This record gives sequence, structure tokens and C-alpha cells, in this order.
Amino acid sequence: MTSVNPDVQLNHTPGHVKHDGHNMTGFVIFLCSESVIFLAFFAGYAVLKLTAPQWLPDGVEGLEVRMPLINSIVLVSSSFVAYAAERYLHQRNLWGFRAVWLLTMVMGTYFVYGQYMEWSELTFSLSSGVFGGMFYLLTGFHGLHVITGILLMALMLARSFRPGNYDKGEMGVASVSLFWHFVDVIWIILFLLIYVWQ
Amino acid sequence: MTTTTSNYDPRVLKAPHPVPGAPDNWKRFFSFNTDAKVIGIQYIATSLFFLLVGGLLAMIVRGELITPPADLVDPSVYNGLYTMHGTVMLFLFLFPILNGFNNLLIPTMIGAPDMAFPKLNAAAFWLVPVFAAVLMASFFAPGGPASSGWWSYPPMSLQNPLGHFINGEFLWILAVALSGISSIMGAVNFVTTIIRMRAPGMSFFKMPVFVWTAWAAQTIQLVGLPALTGGAVMLLFDLSFGTSFFRPEGGGDPVLFQHFFWFYSHPAVYVLVLPVFGIFSELFPVYARKPLFGYRFVAIASFGITFLSLIVWAHHMFYTGTPNWMRHIFMFTTMLIAVPTGVKVFAWLGTLWQGNLRLNTPMLFCLAGLFNFIFAGITGVMLATVPIDIHVGNTAFVVAHFHYVIFNTIGFGVFAGIYHWFPKFTGRMYYEGLGKVHFALTFIGATLNWLPIHWAGLLGMPRRVASYDPEFAIWNVLGSIGAFMLGVASIPFILNMVSSWARGPKAPPNPWRAIGLEWLLPSPPPAENFEDDIPTVISEPYGYGLGNRLVEDEEFYVRRSQEA
Repeated sequence: MTSVNPDVQLNHTPGHVKHDGHNMTGFVIFLCSESVIFLAFFAGYAVLKLTAPQWLPDGVEGLEVRMPLINSIVLVSSSFVAYAAERYLHQRNLWGFRAVWLLTMVMGTYFVYGQYMEWSELTFSLSSGVFGGMFYLLTGFHGLHVITGILLMALMLARSFRPGNYDKGEMGVASVSLFWHFVDVIWIILFLLIYVWQ
Repeated sequence: MTTTTSNYDPRVLKAPHPVPGAPDNWKRFFSFNTDAKVIGIQYIATSLFFLLVGGLLAMIVRGELITPPADLVDPSVYNGLYTMHGTVMLFLFLFPILNGFNNLLIPTMIGAPDMAFPKLNAAAFWLVPVFAAVLMASFFAPGGPASSGWWSYPPMSLQNPLGHFINGEFLWILAVALSGISSIMGAVNFVTTIIRMRAPGMSFFKMPVFVWTAWAAQTIQLVGLPALTGGAVMLLFDLSFGTSFFRPEGGGDPVLFQHFFWFYSHPAVYVLVLPVFGIFSELFPVYARKPLFGYRFVAIASFGITFLSLIVWAHHMFYTGTPNWMRHIFMFTTMLIAVPTGVKVFAWLGTLWQGNLRLNTPMLFCLAGLFNFIFAGITGVMLATVPIDIHVGNTAFVVAHFHYVIFNTIGFGVFAGIYHWFPKFTGRMYYEGLGKVHFALTFIGATLNWLPIHWAGLLGMPRRVASYDPEFAIWNVLGSIGAFMLGVASIPFILNMVSSWARGPKAPPNPWRAIGLEWLLPSPPPAENFEDDIPTVISEPYGYGLGNRLVEDEEFYVRRSQEA
């Protein structure tokens, strides 16, 4: 039993506690909760599609699937790329991590660009009935998550240049990676709902 | 600290130092402080202020209803008043005050030094004044505050006759969304803390019931609140950006919003009542000097309530065009909730049975709260029955039932908790006499306020009206007298709290001879609770009269708490 100098204790700031491992638990709980917002939107989409007296606005035949499908393949495969980047970091190969992590970001950015192109070519708007509203709400809300993911990845990339930053673990990278997988899974459901179920 | 005791055990040298500067250091309550105990008091003080605001709005509403014609305020102002009363009471009084309890009690009860994410915790609290300001600002918005009731049903909530982009409803939705973000931040924090930061030896079935109920309640927040947020976003788009999700004229479905709203807002009542069940379960054993009857069943029933609460929401929609098969299913699930709540009620009665009751203020509030809850439960089962609900739905009967739950049960539990843990977290004793005056005024006032309204509702008085048929006058006069009495009751309460905290007698570490980790700490507890000497829990909570120890080396902690 060591005696503690009382002066040291007084300087000890409140709330300064070891948090190893709590962050991931908290983040997983948050993601579970976040998924319910999407579930709510999906449920709303399904109910309105099944019950609305007029689903597609006048003059709209349906959605083109080819471009969004390519977009989806890019986004979903970027999840595997992110996983590869995580492996590199695990093996302490920092440059490998940076290169592959950047590739994930590029693929994510391509997805956002593709989404933007699709939006700009569409003939209906947010206020075109329940379909227009639902389409832009779902793709827009998901797009916000993709952009958030890319920004978080950029932050993790920048942090990799701080010497020794990832020596004691890579909680941040693991969480962002998990977030990215989450965004991809949501997209798969969204794609099935909006583009496949027409 | 005397020399003899510090020689007795070397660990006493490491006795937790008191909070630096406490209790004079009041400025920390106005800062971005990350200490859960400071944040807890910040939550409680803020929400008690808004109890007065919401209470003032309620008294104007009751003042209007004391006579049949609409003579005190304009009917459109009246709509804004009850909407804001409900919103303030829920989002600025009850949710924050229970988060205050969570902050004070969860870390101390499980022996953690602080919450898992102290900064997130402080950020969650400081969102409360922000959304409070947004909500209060709506009184000055063109066209007045939101006026479509706290549930904001479209198409009423989508009316924007003046056409301003920033209107009362817009600010209302913004405030609710901010409140939701704050609640989710809190919920992530509380659940993580409970899962990961318990003291050694504290398995789930050694946790106090308050921690169980807080966990169950925060789980509801995590699952339910995002659904409301989703619905609120869609409502905001309909109101401000030209979509028509809930606008029938654009092909939308107003009933869909009701599903989103009640999927969260029915369980929200359980978010509030579960911690109060926790408070009852903590307090009855202390003041009856007996172990909690059926501890494990009471603990598990909390999650039974969580699960069932998520599948009952459509009972609010029996009279809004719900298909018959849906009514039957939801009538059944709603009545099932009586089972886990019944488990708890019988467990409390079993705890009280042949107990040696001490009628201190907290116990009086608990007993009255339990009595009111049983009454509210009976009217609740009545309302769950489809034929009765179609008859009394949207009448004052529903309002009376709701207030019997939300104030006469939850409010009473909150007051019980405040009195019970006041000595622990302020280090001062409250004045018992003033507490009993507060209790008497509150109990008589609350009963007089809401019991007669049941009759008005059964006779057919609709809710949310500024003027009504004179045949309902007698019930409303009684109700209004009760409401003003509740207003008067706040005077002894405020007097007691302020003067006790400033000049009350110093509180011992364990004035109620209660069993629990928080009572092994000094009053008030030091910044990091047990610091480096976290106790090892060896027995179930509530071992009153059993003579077994709660933690290893209990004498050491008791002595240290007395010497600090």
C-alpha cells in the first residue's frame, strides 16, 4: 500500500478516469439507436408506398437502376477496402493503411458524386408528392451519413501522421470503419426498397 | 482526522478529500463541469425552475377552466398555453430531473468514479438550456407558440396561416429535436456506464433496482426516441419545405405521424415512470426496515415493461381510424403491461407488510405515490379497453388518468427521491416539518385537482377546450382549487430546499441507516466517489434486518465516510 501525497490528489482533475474499451461500447449503442431512425423512415416509406392513392408523381415512370447499381457496388465494395486498411494498421504498416484508407475515401466520394449526378438529372423534386419527398429524404439522409463518414475518415487519416498516435490501439479507426459498414448496410436496404421494389 | 484512527488503518490516510472548495464553490454549477454529481444538481435545479414555469402555465389553464365561458384568456391563447404546459413539463421538467437522478445515483450506486463519458455528459446537460431558450422563444414568434397540443398531430400542426418560415410550431419541432439529441447522448452514456463500470462483485443481480430501472428506461430512449425524431423530421419538412408526407391533400397520411409519435411517446411515459419505480423500490425497504420483496422479479420486470411498452402504442389511436384487428392486438398487449407492473406493486406491498414503517417525508411521498399509481393503473386498464376508450377518448377522463400517472405518481416519486437523497448530495439535512407541510399540500392539492376531473370526463367533457357546458362546472371548480393549492405547495418546498442547502444541519453519511454503496460515501461524496478504494460487493442489496455485509471490509468504508 503506497501512501499518496495529498497535493497530488488535489491537482487530480475530476472525471479523469480510464476509458479504455468504453468508447466502443458507447459507439455500438449509439449505432443501434441511429439505425432506428432509418428503420422509421423505411417503415414510413413502405406504409406510404402501399397505401398512398397516388405513389409516383404525374409524368414519372420510375427510377433508372443502372447508374445507382454501379454506385452501390462501389459503395459496398468500399467496405471491404476499409477492412483491408484496418488490417494494414493492425500490422503496423502505416503507409499501406494510409493508401488503402484514402482509396476508401475516394470510393465514398465517388458515391456522393454519383448521387449528386442522379439528383440533378431527375424530373421530380422534394415536393412532388409522397414519392418525391420520400426519395429525397431517404437518399439525402443517407448521403449525409456518407459525407460524415468521409469526413471522419479524413480525420483519422490526418491523425495517422501524428507520430505514435496509433501505437496504443486504433479505437478511432475501428469505430469509423464500423460506421462505414453501418452506412453500407443501410444503403443495401435502401437500394432494395427504392430501386428494386418499384 | 485524529492520529489514533490514522494509525489504525494506513488506508485512512488516503481518505477521499472533500470536493475542492465545496460547498462555497457555487460557480461550478454554472460552468461546463464534467463531474456527474455537479451535472446531476445542474439538471435537478434547472428542471425545478421549469416546474415553476410549467406550473404557472397550468394555473392559467385552470384559471380559465374555473368558469364555463372562455373569459380569462382568448381561446387561441389557451391552445398555446396547454401545448406549452405539456411540453415544458415533459421535456424541461420530468426528463431532465430524472437525468439528474441518473447522474447522481448511477455512478454512486454502482461504485463508479464518474460516468463513462464525462464530457458527453456535460454537453448533454448544456443542450437543455439551449432547447429551453428555443422553446421559450416561441412565445415571441409571430402567431404565438405551438398550439396543436404536445402531440402535434397533423394536419393541425401544419397550419401556418401567417406564412412565416420561423413560427411557433417550427421552434417547437426544433426544441424537441434538440431535446432528443440530448437524451440520446445521455442514454448512450448511462447504458455504457451501467454495463462497464460496476464495482467488483456487483453482478447484475446485485445491482440496486434503481439502476435496473434506469437501464430499462434508457433502453427505451435508445429504441424509441429515434422513431419520434424520424417523424419530427418529416413533420418539419411538411411544415417548412413543401413535402406532403402527412398532408392528405398531397397524398400523405396524417395517421402515419400518429404511429411515429406514439411509438416513442407512449414508452416515454415508461421512461419517466420506470426510474420512479426504482425510487419506490429503494425507499420502501429503507423506511419499512425490510428487504425488498422478490428483488429479482422486481429487477427483471423492469425489462418486461421495456419490451411491452414498445408494442402498445396504437392504443392511443383506437378512435382515429385504426382497423379492428389492430385494436384487438393493442388492447391485448396494453393489458399485458399490468402483469410486470403488478409484480412490482405486489412486491412493494409485500415489502411494506408487517414492516416497521417510519413516516418521514420521503416515505409519505412514496406511500401516496403508490396509492395514486394503483388508482391510475385501474383507470389505465379501463382506457385500454376498446369500447370504454372509444367512449371516453379525447375527454377530460384521459387527461385526469394521465395526470394521475405523470404528476400524482411520477411527480410524487421525484419529490420522494429529492428528500431522500438530499442529505447525501448536499451534505445538509432538510427540515422535516416543512417537508411534511409540502407533502400535505401536495397530496390534498393533487387529489383535489385530478380526482374530480375523472367525473367531468365520464360525463362527456371534452379535453382541450377553453369553454364548456355549465353542468361540468362543479368538477372544474374543485380541480382548479386543487391546482392553486399545488401552486401554494411549491412555497414550503422552495423554502425548505434553499434554506436547508444554505444553513441546514450537517448531514451524517447515512442518516436513514440505508444499505447501499452511495451510503458508504461521505455526504456530499468526493469528486471521484470511492477513488482508488472501490469496494467489492458481496451480497444482494436491501439486506435490512439480515445482518449480512453489503461489501467486503464494510467497517473501513463506514469509518472513512464518517471521518471525511
